[in-house]
Amino acid sequence: MREVVAEFERPVMLYSIGKDSSVLLRLAQKAFYPGPIPFPLLHIDTTYKFREMIEFRDHYTREVGARLIVHTNEEAIAEGTQPFVVGTQRCCGALKTKALLDGLAAGGFDAAFGGARRDEERSRAKERILSLRDANGQWDPKNQRPELWHLLNGRVQKGESIRAFPLSNWTEIDVWSYIHVEHIPVVPLYFAKEREVIVRGESLIALEQPFVPMMPGEKAQRVMCRMRSLGCSPCTGAVRSTADTVPKIIEELIVAKNSERQLRIIDHDQDGSMELKKREGYF
Amino acid sequence: MSGLLRICTAGSVDDGKSTLIGRLLYDSRSVYEDQVSSVQKASKNRTAGPIDFSLFTDGLRAEREQGITIDVAYRYFATARRKFILADTPGHEQYTRNMATGASTADVAILLVDARNGVRPQSRRHARIARLLGITDFVLAVNKMDLMEFDRGVFDQICDEFAEALHGARLHPIPMSALHGDNVITRSERTPWFEGRSLLEYLETVDVERSQHGKPFRFPVQLVLRPDHNFRGYAGQIVSGTISAGDAVTVWPSGRTTRVARIVTWDGDIDQARSPMSVTLTLEDEIDISRGDLIATGDVEVGQRFRADVVWMDERPLDPSRVYLLKHSTRTVTAEVDHALVLNQIGSVTVSTARPILFDRYSENRSTGGFILIDPKTNFTACAGMISESLGRHAATSARPSAAERIARLARASGSHDEAVEAVRKALEALLT
Repeated sequence: MREVVAEFERPVMLYSIGKDSSVLLRLAQKAFYPGPIPFPLLHIDTTYKFREMIEFRDHYTREVGARLIVHTNEEAIAEGTQPFVVGTQRCCGALKTKALLDGLAAGGFDAAFGGARRDEERSRAKERILSLRDANGQWDPKNQRPELWHLLNGRVQKGESIRAFPLSNWTEIDVWSYIHVEHIPVVPLYFAKEREVIVRGESLIALEQPFVPMMPGEKAQRVMCRMRSLGCSPCTGAVRSTADTVPKIIEELIVAKNSERQLRIIDHDQDGSMELKKREGYF
Repeated sequence: MSGLLRICTAGSVDDGKSTLIGRLLYDSRSVYEDQVSSVQKASKNRTAGPIDFSLFTDGLRAEREQGITIDVAYRYFATARRKFILADTPGHEQYTRNMATGASTADVAILLVDARNGVRPQSRRHARIARLLGITDFVLAVNKMDLMEFDRGVFDQICDEFAEALHGARLHPIPMSALHGDNVITRSERTPWFEGRSLLEYLETVDVERSQHGKPFRFPVQLVLRPDHNFRGYAGQIVSGTISAGDAVTVWPSGRTTRVARIVTWDGDIDQARSPMSVTLTLEDEIDISRGDLIATGDVEVGQRFRADVVWMDERPLDPSRVYLLKHSTRTVTAEVDHALVLNQIGSVTVSTARPILFDRYSENRSTGGFILIDPKTNFTACAGMISESLGRHAATSARPSAAERIARLARASGSHDEAVEAVRKALEALLT
């Protein structure tokens, strides 16, 4: 983080409100202490995030004293973009990728921190710590700069930018262990509680948005569950769980059989879908 | 024994490297069921048995289509005894640079050889790069032994050849079938003549010397933190050694000495810190320090000329008449190199920098002995370098004048001010393109 702040003019932190963002925020507090965090946070709000996420975002960023910028693709929302009308690929494209690129351009940011980890998904395993994006914010996985030792090459041409991933080498268990020892606050959705959901195969879908369609025979039920990964409420499934504390979550992960992004519908909409989204500018 | 082991893998195309890693992840239960089912779905498109283990690691669509690994992939797994970070690097020659990337932070290299082919030039080359980047512990995984009926003679011959190529390194050879799992997690019944440890047993127990605590203190300054008039701190990561409040230190390149006043962290001041901690130091005396300077104890080489072993990683060849950017620790300077190299070539060169850098020999300290060269036109990371010998600040000047000298001569030789400006402008442009 210090390297990026030293070498770039206008860095920003992409703040997604999830556990990884909470960890990034703590690392930023530590890296620049006793000074303040020297960059703003940017949240791309699709307006379909869980209510509890937004409450947490507003409360916690104020407490930390960080400057928060919220950017939404208002035009797409006004047109009625939502996953059950236009499909998940176009919905993500408009509300996440396009909104992110517009948000970065609006702030003139030349470097953006993200909480992505290489253990999350196989195209992310190929990602650099400093990842170059061209003037359109796009990723070219075949033309990446070698990263040797801890020497990061942050040089960009005019118009290009980089995404910086300080948590590249962390695993999901590392993140939770750090949250535990550092007592870092996270969104309560990560902890098990009885919630109103519909059960669809392996997925438990939350009923926050009125437009989530019910299949024949489906009805809302109360299930003890938690979120392992946070996204938009219609596209992020909960898992059955009784883990209501951080140590219990860590215990659950050690015996887990499925990966954390399993219930992220957007990862499975086509083969290599994360790679395609990343090429277009998603982080 | 350290809790974390960093591994890199190397081998030629089709030696079965990705298959071995997939097997390691799968058998050590580090792959989740949803990832297995997505791979089972995809396996039907190819001809590699019931589960194609390489699909766990070949993350890019182009890789899955061509059935080869293009780029370094990092994998994370853990057993009850140890945590592992594994850099899976490509075997294809055009991606050799990624092999160097994987090796630069690794403790152990796994060299994969196809038992049917023996030692190929590409295997030797990878071994050489890994050795150059400072790796001393090697696993020689002789794979596809099932296709050679687990013949001991084949195995012994490959081991002998490699022992020669890796003179001075510690070598742990294992006869293996990654596809069927022989000697990967547990010892195989099909190699009763093999008395060594299986791959996982070896990785769990190998003792690597990685601790940098005992070495001289090195602290490259990343940032000067001045939140208000009362506080002036130097933020950085301790790359080697240990430091306590009150210790005497020298600031380079100025050479001024002072003492550490405080070691500041977000969790409060601490009395002692050691590598690889990131901290902020305050000093007793006011000294002019900026990013790129080094706070250290003991002898440091301060110089503008040195010998280095380099791996050239750019398709554009190294051009001795051009100026490159050299990044070393937190300092970036312009530099020239004495002779040409092409993509994937390894060589020993003399480097001259415009401003002094503060270094150790790579064999003594990877962090203060390694550097990269960046092409100022494309910004591509063109070269990995390892400093082998200082040539002294005032050592015999090279036969060829430096770029700065050449430009100064051009300016002096010009008839008028305008001519001089034009000559210098052209010379600079030529240097940078």
